[in-house]
Amino acid sequence: MSPRAVHPPTPAATDPARIRNFCIIAHIDHGKSTLADRMLQITGVVSDRDMRAQYLDRMDIERERGITIKSQAVRMPWEVDGDAYALNMIDTPGHVDFTYEVSRSLAACEGAILLVDAAQGIEAQTLANLYLALENDLTIIPVLNKIDLPAAEPDKYARELADLIGGSPDDVLRVSGKTGEGVEELLDRVVELMPAPVGDADAPARAMIFDSVYDAYRGVVTYIRMIDGRLSPRERIQMMSTKATHELLEIGVSAPEPKPSKGLGVGEVGYLITGVKDVRQSRVGDTVTTAAKAASDPLPGYTDPKPMVFSGLYPLDGSDYPELREALDKLKLSDAALVYEPETSVALGFGFRCGFLGLLHLEIISERLRREFGLDLIATAPSVVYEVTTEDGRNMEVTNPSEFPTGVKVAEVREPVVRAAILAPKDYVGTIMELCQSRRGNLLGMEYLGEDRVELRYSMPLGEIVFDFFDQLKSKTAGYASLDYEPMGDQAADLVKVDILLQGDQVDAFSAIVHRDKAYAYGTLMTGRLRELIPRQQFEVPIQAAIGARIIARENIRAIRKDVLAKCYGGDISRKRKLLEKQKEGKKRMKMVGRVEVPQEAFIAALSGETESSKK
Amino acid sequence: MAGALPVGEPAPEDGLLPDSAAAGATARAFGVYVHVPFCRVRCGYCDFNTYTADELRGARRTDYAGQAIEELEASARVLDASGVPARPAATVFFGGGTPTMLPADDLVAMLDAVRRAHGLAPDAEITTEANPDSVDAAYLERLREGGFTRVSFGMQSVVPHVLATLERTHDPANVPRVVRWAREAGLDVSLDLIYGTPGESLGDWERSLDAVIAESPDHVSAYALIVEAGTKLARQIRRGEVGEVSDDTQADMYELAEERLSAAGYAWYEVSNWATDAAHRSRHNLGYWRGDDWWGVGPGAHSHVGGVRWWNVKHPAAYAERISRRVSPAAGREVLDDNARETERVLLRSRIAEGIRVDSLAAAGREEVAGLIADELVDARAALAGELVLTVRGRLLADAVVRRITDA
Repeated sequence: MSPRAVHPPTPAATDPARIRNFCIIAHIDHGKSTLADRMLQITGVVSDRDMRAQYLDRMDIERERGITIKSQAVRMPWEVDGDAYALNMIDTPGHVDFTYEVSRSLAACEGAILLVDAAQGIEAQTLANLYLALENDLTIIPVLNKIDLPAAEPDKYARELADLIGGSPDDVLRVSGKTGEGVEELLDRVVELMPAPVGDADAPARAMIFDSVYDAYRGVVTYIRMIDGRLSPRERIQMMSTKATHELLEIGVSAPEPKPSKGLGVGEVGYLITGVKDVRQSRVGDTVTTAAKAASDPLPGYTDPKPMVFSGLYPLDGSDYPELREALDKLKLSDAALVYEPETSVALGFGFRCGFLGLLHLEIISERLRREFGLDLIATAPSVVYEVTTEDGRNMEVTNPSEFPTGVKVAEVREPVVRAAILAPKDYVGTIMELCQSRRGNLLGMEYLGEDRVELRYSMPLGEIVFDFFDQLKSKTAGYASLDYEPMGDQAADLVKVDILLQGDQVDAFSAIVHRDKAYAYGTLMTGRLRELIPRQQFEVPIQAAIGARIIARENIRAIRKDVLAKCYGGDISRKRKLLEKQKEGKKRMKMVGRVEVPQEAFIAALSGETESSKK
Repeated sequence: MAGALPVGEPAPEDGLLPDSAAAGATARAFGVYVHVPFCRVRCGYCDFNTYTADELRGARRTDYAGQAIEELEASARVLDASGVPARPAATVFFGGGTPTMLPADDLVAMLDAVRRAHGLAPDAEITTEANPDSVDAAYLERLREGGFTRVSFGMQSVVPHVLATLERTHDPANVPRVVRWAREAGLDVSLDLIYGTPGESLGDWERSLDAVIAESPDHVSAYALIVEAGTKLARQIRRGEVGEVSDDTQADMYELAEERLSAAGYAWYEVSNWATDAAHRSRHNLGYWRGDDWWGVGPGAHSHVGGVRWWNVKHPAAYAERISRRVSPAAGREVLDDNARETERVLLRSRIAEGIRVDSLAAAGREEVAGLIADELVDARAALAGELVLTVRGRLLADAVVRRITDA
């Protein structure tokens, strides 16, 4: 049993040999945060009294959903055989949308704890991150968590892990983040097995930014890993991608509250504050150097974040548009990957076309807009980026079906393709294959993980994945399947734009770019939904789905025939007038498509598919 | 008198009206409505302000005429004190509930009180609603002697299973008899029908229409059944014990009523009302739609004088208590602003065949007229002559039309 370090190493004066930088790779809800909490407690950096469940996940949404969106780094002292070490635990985002952020976090580490739920085994996203960790040459310590659960099958999953990364099942540590069992031994193992960082203390400073967080009081807090040289307070620093220089107002370590230090040296992990207000000025993956003695080469691996999924966000109440703009401007300060530009929809009014790293990113941003800014929003169906070439040789990038060229012949449409990995119990293989085939997937390979779980690898158009693929996958596998995907280029495909028309007027919010074979299905789905959702009007309303001028599906909303109160005598008049005033208020909330009044709720329901789910 | 009372401001205990109420009073007809809040049984569809013997909480039917007479006497004093010029009542209407649950002498005594308090115009129309089972020849004779001119029988349907669903207990075979007695007494006769009852077929409805026409009343009202929240019928429908009725079916029935009644010589003059000629239209009810003044007497009764609407406390016991303290029985009121008055004018007048002058509408409303003609909701000839009058289709969609022409 190791005691808490009595004399912890001092930041800026720590021998790199006494530093260990590691992260925890785990699937959502496999207990990473709980384990991290326990480490904070056992190493004494957070007093037992201050311990708040899942200390590291600060945002409410994260805590509620049990997922980590933003990473943090914590420096923890730990003593082994009388020597004090500084353990830097770097918390990584756990979701595929944030692959780039994950890769930067991994690049800041020498080792990774591979944490797997002893009752569930490894999941697809964990495999993907494990793959990234191995690519970064990290030392992996396999750990089974939640061994206190009655359903835990540690022997089975220890074999699965050993199969996967080599070594013996006996090397797999067994811990419980909840009870603390095995956690001290794990910390000892980190010191013993993970390599110490290596760097040139005399070279010009180079530090890699692995996270950048906006704080309303302090501006942007940038998390860095020192590679070479050192950084000291009051120095001018330079961001190597933009050449922008800033004064270093504060530098320090997280313990886990920010603790200013005299600087950071080789191998250390900490934060810096320059007073900038926008995370775009402090980009993940960028290299920080000093202005006075700038490094000649940045660290490898920096790329601009590239949005993969686009969706229009519209305020339910049109007068909230300025608030939405303000809210997006604020979120942008803390989210370098969020892009947006104003957009107008005939049906939905004024809004913003937003680009996201993926579906979860979209969901998180809409949720934050709702929760933190109190905005009620409609999101249009997510779209991906299509490369369209017309026969007259024009090339264009289409992120919104309304930009799809009309009136000219389309020579080629290219769509993004991803490599998808699906992990599920073997009983579901048939179901999953059927689903993937229906989504134009090509089977790349299939492998058994342990006795009863299978990994299926597919290449699949991203456009198919963003259209409720994950929900379908979950519902067809009783929630057992997990999914990971990464970009693998693009392909030409026979894609068409399907428009939805109400009484001959196109409803832009419902246009979609789909494969020609799916156009009819999409058309009947949407016309059917709208027939259920749009109230009868004073005239008949045809709902049509069309590719260009060709109608592919049609439904009819019959005209309403009776809308009159039968009795209107002395005692009914006040009530009647108030009802009329209320109806007129309601009418103001209707969106007019041509002459057709469409309730806002109908748009939301049609876009979200509530009609089908409510029938189940 | 359906449902809960509206939400308004408190009404003063002295009942006095704001000065605005008197303006233009001489140009408006004055009527009196007397509510009689008693029924032998409550029908399953009914949410009117009416009470069976068990529900009266100490209020007594025998005391009622006296209380109503006190309110009638007070009404003349309040109008006078509020500066509203005195006008004889052009119409008096006894509704319920079941007014004929009271002895004919009680009804006559209340009518006498109207005469004493306000005076009656020489050609005044005096109506009572009646249940076909609760009157006989002598009763009707007594009403006629007392000054009544008109009786409106709640017939609803002649089809037994429809009456059963409505929980109407009268025997349809009694209708021809009471109609004959009323005529013999010299009273005008109106018959009320309800259509669109769960389980009622178009054929059933046709039978009821034929039966009404066979009686040759002067006036017919036909109401689409409204399933009011909180009624037994609403609960039965919610539980699936009786079927729902679609608006489309009710529209079919309305169109059939219009067809049969007009073929039999009746002309519509309000969405749910038809009469043999202009003289037999219900002038009292026309007062509601024309924005005239009336004083409503009795529990839950509503009144309107010059843009002030008020309504009395609902329960007969609460009403009796107010009357005994000699304070206004009004529970609340609202003083309409110009916008609300205009909205009411349009929503009420659009229901009647007299229509609305197109040039009296706001600009936004006038702009809708061409579209309403195109949609066959208003009569094109009348519109060309400057009047907005609904077509049959427009009557069925009257509320939608009103929303369009009041959409400023």
